[in-house]
Amino acid sequence: MHELAIAENIVDTVCTRAAGRPVRRVTVRIGALTAVLPDAMLLCWDLAATGTAAHGAALDLDLRPAVVFCRACRTDQRLPDMIPLCPCGSADVTVTAGRELHIVSMEVA
Amino acid sequence: MCYDEPAVTVTLEERVLARNDDLARANRELLTGRGIRAINLMSSPGSGKTTLLERTVRELRRPVAVIEGDQRTPLDADRIRAAGAPVVQVNTGAGCHLDAAMTRRALDDLDPPPGSLLFVENVGNLICPSLFDLGEHARVVIVSVTEGADKPLKYPYMFAVADLVVINKTDLLPYVDFDVDACRRHVTAVNPGATILTVSATRGDGLPDWYAWLSGGG
Ligand SMILES: Nc1nc2c(ncn2[C@@H]2O[C@H](COP(=O)(O)OP(=O)(O)O)[C@@H](O)[C@H]2O)c(=O)[nH]1
Ligand SMILES: [Mg+2]
Ligand SMILES: [Zn+2]
Repeated sequence: MHELAIAENIVDTVCTRAAGRPVRRVTVRIGALTAVLPDAMLLCWDLAATGTAAHGAALDLDLRPAVVFCRACRTDQRLPDMIPLCPCGSADVTVTAGRELHIVSMEVA
Repeated sequence: MCYDEPAVTVTLEERVLARNDDLARANRELLTGRGIRAINLMSSPGSGKTTLLERTVRELRRPVAVIEGDQRTPLDADRIRAAGAPVVQVNTGAGCHLDAAMTRRALDDLDPPPGSLLFVENVGNLICPSLFDLGEHARVVIVSVTEGADKPLKYPYMFAVADLVVINKTDLLPYVDFDVDACRRHVTAVNPGATILTVSATRGDGLPDWYAWLSGGG
């Protein structure tokens, strides 16, 4: 499960940035086009944080939908799935959101 | 712990995989600097990655080196070595993907000759490896005709990152219910820019196209 590797990456980053202070809460932004499952992330989080400065920290997920800009009808459209297609039928689209995988912020004591 | 102190919110706005991506970029620069082209080969277990590589090692007129990612066994590495290419095995244990750090360690061991073509056979898995840049120049996803033509729709993350999709085991088409055109349409739906080739790694059909793609800079 790659969510464990992702969670370990997040724990590493926040612990480094917290420089010894305990981390209480972490907010992570996940786009719908990343292969990261929110439930699996939450499941792996405690495991990854155990024994670190982020032990017991809460994980908040900011889930973002996939959005494309369509050059045919010049609108932004939310995608219901992974298929980069505008409801107008055009495939001449650019993905403008949904690939985010960012640590937004943390709360330290 | 002193709970009288109010908690402080620190804005980070950092990419989760920043470290992997930085290492991957360093790998790519190192490889490019030595004229080595690296290809990350991904598929479900059993789609034919190792078979296609064995054949490529034997038939391609260009030095080939291989990094074999596998959860446990050295069997695939033995097959590649028997085919005649230098190979380094990376056992990921419980890990379901290779990452840029593992690739770097393998690269330091393997030390592929300048000008060679480097294949990385990723761990058999159609989800996890799609997230981890290894420092490759191109990504190839293999799907075989025994797997079902809807694979690209079921695993869109993987097919969305492919530069090339290889539909393998076409020698079995008479025996299975696999609609090649539907599979092509599904690939194009999730990834309009992907090149698609059909091959049989065992019988050899379509392999000239595969070799042409490899030499064409893909
Ligand atoms: N009929 C047929 N079998 C194939 C083909 N390519 C691979 N195989 C078989 O599929 C099985 C799995 O192949 P392998 O290369 O180990 O798959 P990997 O797990 O993706 O590395 C082996 O028994 C191969 O002989 C093909 O083009 N046609
Ligand atoms: Mg294999
Ligand atoms: Zn449109």
